Amino acid sequence: METSSSQNAADSAPSPVQPDPLAAINEGRTLPSTIHESVLAEEAVLEVKDFRLWYGAAQALYDISFPVPQGKVTALIGPSGCGKSTLLRSVNRLNDLIDSVRIEGDMNLSGDSIYGPSVDVIELRKRMGMVFQKSNPFPMSIYENVVYALRIDGENRKSVLDEVCERSLRGAALWDEVKDRLDELALGLSGGQQQRLCIARAIAAEPEVLLMDEPCSALDPIATGKIEDLIHSLRGEYTILIVTHNMQQASRTSDYTAFMYLGRLIELGRTSDIFTRPSLRATEDYITGRFG
Amino acid sequence: MSVETVDPASEERAGSGSKRKAWKRRRARSRSSLFAAGEPMVWLTGGALVLCIAMVVGLLSLVLWKGLITFWPLPVEQVSTFDGRSYMGEVTRTDVYRPEQSVIDALSPELAAAADSYLAENEGTSERRLFRTGNFRLTQNHFSWVDTFALAEQSKPEWVFVVERLEWGRFYGFPEAFLISTPVDSVEEARKVAEDVGSSGGELKGVVSRWADGREEKVLLPLSELDTAEAVEAVAEVFQGPEAAWQGFRRHHDAVRERWNERRDLEEFDTGAVNHELEATRLSLREAQLDLEKAEATKNEAAIEEARAKVAAREEKYEETTRWAESEFTRIRQEIDAINQENARYQLFMRTAGEGTMPAQQAVLPLDEIVNAYPANRISFVEKLGVYLGRWYEFLVDEPREANSEGGVFPAIFGTVTMTLIMSLVVVPFGVLAALYLREYAKSGPLVSAVRIAVNNLAGVPSIVFGVFGLGFFCYLVGASIDELFFAAQLPNPTYGKGGLLWASLTLALLTLPVVIVATEEAVSAVPNSMREGSYACGASKWQTIQRIVLPRALPGIITGMILAIARGAGEVAPLMLVGAVKLAPELPIDGVFPYIHPERSFMHLGFHIFDVGFQSQNSEAAKPMVFTTTLLLIGLIALLNFAAIRLRNSLRKKYAGGQF
Repeated sequence: METSSSQNAADSAPSPVQPDPLAAINEGRTLPSTIHESVLAEEAVLEVKDFRLWYGAAQALYDISFPVPQGKVTALIGPSGCGKSTLLRSVNRLNDLIDSVRIEGDMNLSGDSIYGPSVDVIELRKRMGMVFQKSNPFPMSIYENVVYALRIDGENRKSVLDEVCERSLRGAALWDEVKDRLDELALGLSGGQQQRLCIARAIAAEPEVLLMDEPCSALDPIATGKIEDLIHSLRGEYTILIVTHNMQQASRTSDYTAFMYLGRLIELGRTSDIFTRPSLRATEDYITGRFG
Repeated sequence: MSVETVDPASEERAGSGSKRKAWKRRRARSRSSLFAAGEPMVWLTGGALVLCIAMVVGLLSLVLWKGLITFWPLPVEQVSTFDGRSYMGEVTRTDVYRPEQSVIDALSPELAAAADSYLAENEGTSERRLFRTGNFRLTQNHFSWVDTFALAEQSKPEWVFVVERLEWGRFYGFPEAFLISTPVDSVEEARKVAEDVGSSGGELKGVVSRWADGREEKVLLPLSELDTAEAVEAVAEVFQGPEAAWQGFRRHHDAVRERWNERRDLEEFDTGAVNHELEATRLSLREAQLDLEKAEATKNEAAIEEARAKVAAREEKYEETTRWAESEFTRIRQEIDAINQENARYQLFMRTAGEGTMPAQQAVLPLDEIVNAYPANRISFVEKLGVYLGRWYEFLVDEPREANSEGGVFPAIFGTVTMTLIMSLVVVPFGVLAALYLREYAKSGPLVSAVRIAVNNLAGVPSIVFGVFGLGFFCYLVGASIDELFFAAQLPNPTYGKGGLLWASLTLALLTLPVVIVATEEAVSAVPNSMREGSYACGASKWQTIQRIVLPRALPGIITGMILAIARGAGEVAPLMLVGAVKLAPELPIDGVFPYIHPERSFMHLGFHIFDVGFQSQNSEAAKPMVFTTTLLLIGLIALLNFAAIRLRNSLRKKYAGGQF
């Protein structure tokens, strides 16, 4: 992993010979990502290594390498179509469902290869949870939605299921609102409640990494606020990788922020660093709204 | 235009001018073009819809009306014509027609005169009525046309009876007497029996046969007038006169019919059970004999010896069963004879009104052959309603009589429902699995497209082709193989190697398969991908996702497919003729004889029944109304099955898709 961050992270002032990733992209080259020292110092639960992805003939991700720190919230930001969601969906191999996708490189989850030849995808997905852009509760009761991951593992002991259901719903700050109607259809909940239900479902199986794909983009500000509070409270307990294109949200909820652009990871560092004194001009331009 | 400079304002004016022109052109076009205005299309599409609805409503109301009035008891009219003929019966139809001059010329002079004056009054058209005159045994005729111009007299006799019989169709006549008789050989015996039996209100008389007008007639004589020289047939308690006969009939008819039902049960079930036992032992003997033949072919002495012993044992068993069966048959026969004897005592003496040129005749109707009788012109509306509902009840729960033109259609209802249910049980799982593979597992490509096109084309294959396939494949290939393997003892009589309920259901399942596949594919592809992804992200396998997420969500759509398949399958007739539907099935496919379900049996079907009654019946005028009632019933049945499925679908929809905006 190549880093040019040694001097940048140390002193806040941009160095005179700053790499210009945008110019490199225009020339058809890919510069190594700028990863701050602070990130490398953390213990990584997920490591992405030289990951490349194509949709048919079109390349969507270029040489992406970065660690995701344990127990922290890492936000992926960048303009639409930069590959944030693709990267996120590559982590639990949901992209396998699309026939035309081809990948190179690998990722590691707690040291286990994700794309290795002998990996059991289903077992792998059980170690992660995912929350989607649009809430997708299953057509069953609230209770069954939450314990779905356990049910498919063949867990049918009522006591276990009850306990997991309550813990997950409390974790997702939904317990008080639904505890009296667990047997009702999940589709009868409001949009914000549905999304929190999906979070409860995702954390029910104690995932090592929680993947969130723009979880608030379909919600009103109040529901968004609740979800952000929830993410805040989950920090520390779960490692969260969240995609958002709401810059305020990234700055409010995340510990680390990665800026992606045109399929490349441009810069990754502490959220406070990225938003106040990014190493690269490109990052600063995006953050301040000069492009993107 | 020598000035080079262009004034910007004028350019703008020109621009806006051309725009205005274009706009004007467009408006003119839209005013002149029908398609642009769009108004006529509303009328065209709306008109098409109205036409469709009119056709459907017209058909349904015709079936509904004709089907509902069939069983209503009509008044009985008696008419006599100028040339001295007379008719009595229910007027089933009135027809206006234009008679040929040659027909009128051929009439007798007084009739021709009546016809000419009638035709002159009605501008050359004449009217005729179709009388259901019944009394087939006496007249060899069920129906007669009577020209209105020929009518000399018409009346509605008060005491005329309509008698529905088990055999020979309806009887129209006047009741003379109701008898409870006891057969005797001599006058002395008659007097003695009369003393023994006594009377329950009627007068005791002797029954004597006498010849009058070249016909034998029964005459009732008081006991004192009995002549020792004349052969006395019976002594009877007589209820003379229509009123008394009607009362007597009403008092005793139910008990007689009860005994008749008892007799039918004895004949059908008790005898049937003994026959089954006998057949089973015969088959087991035959099996042992076949085994012996096989053993002899192997030349294995021990095996031959064993097989011989088995044959001997079975032979003994068979003989024993035969003896037992004979004694059983004798016992049943005795019981039946006793019932017959008792029932034969109850008789209704009727007299016809005279048919055509024939004089009135006497008819003796045994009570156990009468299904129902009523004085058509005397009964009130409520009683008519009773007759009407009684006929519907009989229609729904009874077996057909008189080559299907009378009686009920219960076996056909039973066959239709059973066949449709078996068909649904087969086609739904089969079609759903196939559609799931096509949508969820198969990688889209030319092969999958080809399969999809082939499935859709299957829906366009004429149904008779499926019938031929079913006959060739299921009956003659699969069925014959099953027979050879498991029912060798019955050969050469086929068990499964002929048309039957199972093969008919499978053939129709094949016929309706495309409907289910297409509907399921639509329903499965309508399940949002986000749900599948959510399930995969939880670590569910493909099958778990299908089973827990996709199928429940798609279930309402799948049931829609099932509804369409039921509607298509239950109404299909052509293939059934080849693979198992018959005119009259002696036994239901489900009954009390082990193993209770007999999918190899041929069955009756309402659709086939309609065809049979309408077009294969000898008494077509009497059968025609039955076509409408049976059609009404079939439509009602399909509507009922659909309604049940729709209720199921709606409740599922609420369960799995509620709250989804």
